[in-house]
Amino acid sequence: MSIYKRDLLIYAGISIFAIVLAQLFPAYITQIAVMFLMVILAQTWDLQGGQMGYNSLGNIMFFGIGMYVSSIIQIAMLYGWGGVGEYTSASGSIKVEILKDNYLYGMFLGAFAAGIVCVLFAFVFGQIFLLFRGPYFAIGTLGMVLAVAELVSSWEWVGAGGGLSLPVYPAVDPTESGRLYFYCFLAISAICFAFISWVTSTRFGLALNAIRDDEAKAEAMGIRTLRYKVSSWMISAFFLGLAGAIFGNMSNFIEPLEVAFPTITFGVFMVVMALLGGKGTVWGPVVGAVIFHIIKETTWTYMLGYQWVALGLLIIVIVIFFNQGIMGSLAERYPHWFGIKIEEDPEEAST
Amino acid sequence: MWQGIELLFQYPSVNVKYILDGLFFGSIFALSAYGLALVWGVMNLKNLAQGDLVILGGYFTWYFQSAFGLNPILTLPLVMGIMFFFGWAMYVLVVKWVIDKDLFTSLLATFGMALVIQQFINLVFGPETQTAISELGRFKFYMFGGKIIVPEIRVVGVVLCAIVAIALITFMKRSRTGQAIRATAQDARAAKVMGINTDRVYALTFSINSAICGASGALVAMMFLIQPFYGITYSIRSFVIVTAAGLGNLPGVVTAAFGLGVLEGYANNILGASYQQFIVVFALVVVLVWRMVRLRKARMVLE
Amino acid sequence: MIVLKDVSKAFGGVQANKKVSLSVEEGKITGLIGPNGSGKTTVFNSIVGYHPIDEGSIQFKGQEISQMPVQSIARLGLLRTFQQTRIYGKMNCVENMLISTDNRNASVWDMFGSRTSEIQDKAEHLLEFVGLYRKRSLKAGDLSFGQQKLLEFAMALMNDPDILLLDEPTAGINPTLINGLIDRLHRANTEFGITLFVIEHNMRVIMNMADQIYCLSNGQMLASGKPEDIQNDKRVIDAYLGGH
Repeated sequence: MSIYKRDLLIYAGISIFAIVLAQLFPAYITQIAVMFLMVILAQTWDLQGGQMGYNSLGNIMFFGIGMYVSSIIQIAMLYGWGGVGEYTSASGSIKVEILKDNYLYGMFLGAFAAGIVCVLFAFVFGQIFLLFRGPYFAIGTLGMVLAVAELVSSWEWVGAGGGLSLPVYPAVDPTESGRLYFYCFLAISAICFAFISWVTSTRFGLALNAIRDDEAKAEAMGIRTLRYKVSSWMISAFFLGLAGAIFGNMSNFIEPLEVAFPTITFGVFMVVMALLGGKGTVWGPVVGAVIFHIIKETTWTYMLGYQWVALGLLIIVIVIFFNQGIMGSLAERYPHWFGIKIEEDPEEAST
Repeated sequence: MWQGIELLFQYPSVNVKYILDGLFFGSIFALSAYGLALVWGVMNLKNLAQGDLVILGGYFTWYFQSAFGLNPILTLPLVMGIMFFFGWAMYVLVVKWVIDKDLFTSLLATFGMALVIQQFINLVFGPETQTAISELGRFKFYMFGGKIIVPEIRVVGVVLCAIVAIALITFMKRSRTGQAIRATAQDARAAKVMGINTDRVYALTFSINSAICGASGALVAMMFLIQPFYGITYSIRSFVIVTAAGLGNLPGVVTAAFGLGVLEGYANNILGASYQQFIVVFALVVVLVWRMVRLRKARMVLE
Repeated sequence: MIVLKDVSKAFGGVQANKKVSLSVEEGKITGLIGPNGSGKTTVFNSIVGYHPIDEGSIQFKGQEISQMPVQSIARLGLLRTFQQTRIYGKMNCVENMLISTDNRNASVWDMFGSRTSEIQDKAEHLLEFVGLYRKRSLKAGDLSFGQQKLLEFAMALMNDPDILLLDEPTAGINPTLINGLIDRLHRANTEFGITLFVIEHNMRVIMNMADQIYCLSNGQMLASGKPEDIQNDKRVIDAYLGGH
């Protein structure tokens, strides 16, 4: 059995465990849903940051774009494209009666469209931003998300800085909506995990690693580096767009700075989680996300405002003292778990 | 937006105002950008906390002014001194451990510091915008028959900025420490072999950078507004300027800083302040693409 | 196969190459020698597109390549190895080999091609060929300098190039292994049909191996000819002994 299939089985096991957990503790269902969101964030970041060595600080942009695309589409389905401006300027005072089927149809269609639009954005932005290397890429993408958030904040048609509220899921039973979003995030993260672990097992994964290790050498060997880089960003953008779309529906209310483009929360979390778990590995971001989420949820509220300072310190401590992350350290100690074979050399080759 | 552009042609004198605004901005940007060029050139550190050091310096000035009634201009050397030691502490606690690691490590570590600084300011001083009011602020220059008003403090600010810059350049050119720093920038290993304590040089460089940022922040607090989360924009501005000018190119830094300042002066007046970050990022992308196109002709890449 | 005509390249005030003309014939092994700083590596860099040339023309199989980007030149089947070896340090040897396959006709979908046993076999065969089979699951960055050099050579062979430019293949290699390496270079030339263009300092190696040798001195072409001619050329001897 290949490593890749084994990983899929383990992830299926985790998913089933999460479902059981959600059934046993329905009060925590939203928490578990957000945990799977975190897994998606960390894993899509790692596809560039870990596998390819392109450390983006602006991947959260796709999350926000996806959220806005899906929300606008859902509103347009109810009021027509002409009615969107009217709806957003009424800022939540228009109440909507919506049927369950229509809601679900709108949400899934919106999410899918969000994914596609984000892929297009990644394709276009990637042609420029992925030419920037090292610090220029990091700071360029950070600027990119700040600028996009600012533009959305002053765009009246999508509600500008005031945000916009979305139709509410017409559930009789209040726990039903929690379950819906839980299953959505579970499904997206499972697909995302399967896709990324497949894609890194192909030539694609090797090419990304080659770009990380020595991009100039990869070019000298004739690898079409930009094509790989842009594709990698498009993959991440798709899943981020989907996740953003669903998160928008889950929040019911979206606005640019805190919900859609949360550079300083989710945008930083995704980097921290991937680093904590170990970047450049399939399991690192997953493990990092789960651990980070649990720690965060249990301690966040007790830190009385100092949680952000703590977050900054955590970043510093991780990058200085724990650069390899959890999975990186494990891989060094137990290489056979990761399919790394070290053969003892009976007669040391004399070169 | 169109109204703003029309205004330019109806009243050509507003151009003078925008350009003056730009020069005021630019003089401040030049200071922090010079600091970034210094740490970048000497220890290859791309400091993402640059802007937050600026804002921190600004808050010191504001605090001394509002709590003790000190004249903001007098706080300038004080703030520079405090920020020098803050920079030293930051070097010993964080920067020292990351400068010889890979690039993203140092970038992220400084990003973490940026978070710590901005959140700390936010907790201690609150998220409101602040400005340090000085005695000088009341007097205003009137130009073009009163159409353009220039607060005196801004003129004084530019003069102070020039004094700091000249003092700094003289220090780097003439003093032994300055020579040691420049030697380390050229070849750290050779400098080490020649008996220069590079670790000390690095610490000193980072502290000087921090002091420069502090001065720049003090001037921001006097001339404009400060707010805990304004830092990142200043960081990006410094990157724009240094990337446009290249390392070790002082006239280039000054020119690029004034250029960016004037661009922002126009953009703020025509588009409004809600496009500030967009303009800065746009400038960054334009500068990076421009550098890349030029390098591509020489078949090189920007690294 | 490669034809350089009057290629000049200056770095600032230093004239690294002055009107260099040479031609590399298909199927042969061509050597490029010259004292340190004579501009050998500059010639290589000009050919593979690492920097633009000031004047002259570089043709590969009749096609002008002096304006093309590095990746495109590599995809024409022209590869080089580096004097300071470059390998993908955090990947193991087999992975280094697998990613080095030919990119000439790669379509978008080939990006997601899985590892077939065919290329796996080829990679392992080539690692065996250069004598690194036992080290195949080690990280390339953990190999010694000489081993990395061999790995880089194997990676280049994996790509099935038409011509391979080798920058000092024997530098840093254990002297006892040099004969083996010469043998492998010969076999790469005869068995795999790869034209070789080699910069080499070790006179014994290059005289044993090359069909045609060019000698550079101070950026200019000093002499060219069969190994025995070069060996007896007084100008070459003078250049090496510091006659200038």
